[in-house]
Amino acid sequence: MTWDPGQDVVSVQRAPAPGATRSFWRTFRETMRGLATTMGRWFEGTVTIQYPEEKVPVYPRFRGRHKLHRFEDSDPAHPGLEKCVGCSLCAAACPADCIRVVAAENTPEHRVSAGERYAAVYEINLSRCIFCGYCEVACPFDAITMGHDYELSAYDRSDLIFTKEMLLAEPLERTPLRREGE
Amino acid sequence: MALPLAEVGYYEEWWVQILKGIVIFAVALQLVPIVLIAERKLLGRFQGRYGPNRVGPYGMLQPLADIVKLLTKEQFRPTTSAGLLFALAPGISIVTAVAAFAIIPFGDVQHIGGERVGLYGIDVSIGPLYLFAFGAIAFYGIMLGGWASGSKYSFLGAMRAAAQLISYEVSQGLALVGVIFTAQTLSLTGIVHAQGGMWYIVPQFVGFLIFLTASFAETNRAPFDLTEADAELVGGYNTEFGGGRFASYYFAEYLNVLVVSGIVTTVFLGGWLLPFGVHPPGWVDPIVVLVKMGLVTFFFIWVRATLPRLRYDQLMSFGWKVLLPLATLNALVTAVIVVVSHK
Repeated sequence: MTWDPGQDVVSVQRAPAPGATRSFWRTFRETMRGLATTMGRWFEGTVTIQYPEEKVPVYPRFRGRHKLHRFEDSDPAHPGLEKCVGCSLCAAACPADCIRVVAAENTPEHRVSAGERYAAVYEINLSRCIFCGYCEVACPFDAITMGHDYELSAYDRSDLIFTKEMLLAEPLERTPLRREGE
Repeated sequence: MALPLAEVGYYEEWWVQILKGIVIFAVALQLVPIVLIAERKLLGRFQGRYGPNRVGPYGMLQPLADIVKLLTKEQFRPTTSAGLLFALAPGISIVTAVAAFAIIPFGDVQHIGGERVGLYGIDVSIGPLYLFAFGAIAFYGIMLGGWASGSKYSFLGAMRAAAQLISYEVSQGLALVGVIFTAQTLSLTGIVHAQGGMWYIVPQFVGFLIFLTASFAETNRAPFDLTEADAELVGGYNTEFGGGRFASYYFAEYLNVLVVSGIVTTVFLGGWLLPFGVHPPGWVDPIVVLVKMGLVTFFFIWVRATLPRLRYDQLMSFGWKVLLPLATLNALVTAVIVVVSHK
């Protein structure tokens, strides 16, 4: 007994097989269309950004290299003092364990920060940092923020351990910032 | 007395021939880097980027840097390779490419310093046959190179090259037959002279398209670059080649593009002739030929940027089922028209 397909037959709709002439014409036409497309890319011009000379501007919230902050010199309560009080919350929050803080007491003769203590050693190992920004979030005094600098290559791994002085220094503005609406 | 060799249209003094040989080789050597940089720059533009632009003004010294880099590299040879053939194969490719360059006419016979000089290497009376003979020997460069490498990728590339080149040479030859019927000569200068009234691209348009398509396959360029097919065969026949030998293959490939451009220019685009009955002085002829060659080469690069590589069976069925019947039909129709119109 032969199998009766009955209702199970699914008819597949196919385009009519093109004849020799039509398929030849179609190939030719599509080739021409392709040529027009590539030529169109030429007239559109290039999209390359020639990196070391031209840079893509970063967004204001871009998380680049960290910065440590001081109070303004004009600040009435703590003129020019460091904001960091050496609490090590950033080091505790850091998932990559790349921040090292050694705190010391402020004395009236040697006053560095606004609080009781200050960071005698503050090091960030940027070869370990994952630029997650948790340190920024953890900091109760906004002493550390993420900057915009991302050009952080060095010839030596030890050059990537940034000390407090380096993080406090006004960074070279090497990265263009994206303006509003850009 | 009829020699068993091919007749040559015009002889110069021996020293003129040597000079011409040197000049033509020098011109070919200069053109190849220009095509190289042009290809890379144009491919970049077609893809919305710049292409090389760091070495020299506008990146124009890039080919020089490439050549220096390649020539200072180690001459690596796989232990499985067949020594002599491995070293010989790139040489065969270069020799055949340069030899084929000799018959491209850059201009008519000129009077230079009291001597009559034809602006071509040699005007053989069997022009296209000479071309196909050297084209056939050029396969050995690729075949032996791939086979002698002792690597499966190279071997596959070489086998593909053999099959592809044989398939497309037939169509290429048949496409030229129509032109030869019409011009009633095999001499390339004769074919150019026969185009005085109208370039053969108009009456032989189908032949032109077939020849151009087959030429892509003959020069192993996209969309028929299955012998190299980097995605599947690593590098095809030149996988195992590096340094100067790779440079030789590279050089030969681009010289072949130039040769084919020259043949298309000569056979279909009127050689050194200008349209609308303009007859410039003789020294303009090589410039006209070079500009036309440049346009054809530009088209080669344009197509490379556009079309994806064919599958192997598509390549074969296209060659045998489409190009060959078309070329045969074209030759037949041309023959009939020539016979009828000559009555």
